[in-house]
Amino acid sequence: MTTLIETDQLSITFGGHTAVDSVSIKVSEKHFKSIIGPNGAGKTTFFNLLSGQLAPTKGKIYFRGKDITKLSPTKRTREGIGRSFQITNVFPNLTVLENVRLAVQSRAGVRYQMLFHYKKYREFEVKALEWLRLVLLDDKVDSLASNLAHGEKRKLEMAMLLALETEVLLLDEPTAGMSLEDVPAILEVIKRIKDQGNRTIILIEHKMDMILDLSDSVMVLFNGRLLADGTPEEIMKNETVQSAYLGGISL
Amino acid sequence: MKWIVNNRMNAIYIIIAAFLFLLPFVYESRNMLILLTQIFVFAILAMSYDLLLGFTGIVSFGHAMFFGIGAYSIGIFMKRLEPTMLHFIYAVLATILITAIVSFIVGLLTLRLKSHFYAMLTMALAGLFLVLAEKWRTLTFGNDGFTFRVPELFIDRTNFYIICLVSMIAVFMILKRFTNSPLGRVLQAIRENEQRTESLGYQVLHYKIAASVVSGVLAGIAGIFYAMSLRYVNTSVFAMDITLDALLMTIIGGVGTLVGAIIGAGLIEFAHDGLTELAKEHWIFERWIIFFGIIYILVVIFFPLGIVGTLRKFTWIRKKQHPAKKKENLAG
Repeated sequence: MTTLIETDQLSITFGGHTAVDSVSIKVSEKHFKSIIGPNGAGKTTFFNLLSGQLAPTKGKIYFRGKDITKLSPTKRTREGIGRSFQITNVFPNLTVLENVRLAVQSRAGVRYQMLFHYKKYREFEVKALEWLRLVLLDDKVDSLASNLAHGEKRKLEMAMLLALETEVLLLDEPTAGMSLEDVPAILEVIKRIKDQGNRTIILIEHKMDMILDLSDSVMVLFNGRLLADGTPEEIMKNETVQSAYLGGISL
Repeated sequence: MKWIVNNRMNAIYIIIAAFLFLLPFVYESRNMLILLTQIFVFAILAMSYDLLLGFTGIVSFGHAMFFGIGAYSIGIFMKRLEPTMLHFIYAVLATILITAIVSFIVGLLTLRLKSHFYAMLTMALAGLFLVLAEKWRTLTFGNDGFTFRVPELFIDRTNFYIICLVSMIAVFMILKRFTNSPLGRVLQAIRENEQRTESLGYQVLHYKIAASVVSGVLAGIAGIFYAMSLRYVNTSVFAMDITLDALLMTIIGGVGTLVGAIIGAGLIEFAHDGLTELAKEHWIFERWIIFFGIIYILVVIFFPLGIVGTLRKFTWIRKKQHPAKKKENLAG
């Protein structure tokens, strides 16, 4: 298995506070890695470094052996790193279909075409419908994204991310703020993506039961530092992890 | 018949356009003709503004800059050249080129800034051009402005009316296509959520600059027609009022609709005209700007979507009652 993403001593400091402290990890191709850690452990900050929203104070990020530390978020998406956000982040006044269609269009590289009508690219809509079907949202294609329920918005976001067909998916708490009855549906979607078997997934999550089922490996962040990295079973047995994080949570 | 049922909006546009074409031949009123010509010119300006405000979500306070550059550029060229058709075409092409270059540079300098910072900077730049027009006397003759001659063809009011009408329709169609192109759809995504557009892999700045160049050139074209309708140009074309008028027209008509900008331009120009007429009846109407302020506030409070936007919302709700039918269309 070749290494796809590698971070080397990745650190970021916000005015004296080190949010991510010398984290070095390796993620191989088609791997499913989960990141856990208490609030404020630097999980989302670490994601922001990977996707390019933030620039590290120290350290390097490699993607397929290439140094991407200086690339902008846009460039990284094109390289093959797509991410979802913890806060719902869609185009509110566009239809669900259009939201996904824009992602498909970006993937197809039709970026500066201004002479033809967008309907001419019918295959984009067909493709967008396929993704919506995968995330179980195909009954809402014509609704405005702002009219969707929270859980549906998360699904829509997932569809947009999938439509980019990036090799790597960074999922930032896909079930955050979701009502309990919505969670199984989104888990089902993640399972479906995993079963397609062509993506590398890195996931931040609070719900432990879900991580154990899906992950190939789990890494634990605590106060910005990498506390442990291993298979779900190893992490469960690890005593430092137990006291730092799992101690307070009933499984 | 079937085409009319399926494309009811297009059919209505065609009927209105045909009516406007025939109007000068059946109804001979010089004032009406001049007023309508003015409406067409400002409709072009308002549509170009709508591309920024309604489609890309950029609030510019310096749109008069491009309008003014268009007006001055054609004026200066026509003053120095013989007023033949060939020279006129050269002048128009040169003007388009100048507005394109200026809007590109201005876009490059300003569009990295967010919302109100951008608005302030464009306002400052427009002010800069106003000062330039006042002080560069050898070229612009200062505040007094100057008159110039235009080719024979444009002197006739009816001809000029038809040309402005055709140009307005052309601009409408160009912008309709532009905003419905893959690139145009990305502009709307930028309006909705800039950060998300970026993370989809679109380079937002490129799109904003493209929108600002297209918008700048079209505003410049509006400026050309404006100057030609008066055959005179002075510093008032750079005034803040021009930007505010474009803003009002777009908002009252409905942002992001294009046709709203045309309706807004019509309403505002008619209101200008009507309220000035009314000033003969009562002195309060001399201060017509007060009424404008009131109308503006009422529209923003009660119809934030503008005239066309509000109408569309109702038809959209009506359409929504047949979701099954829509799905069928999509599947086929």
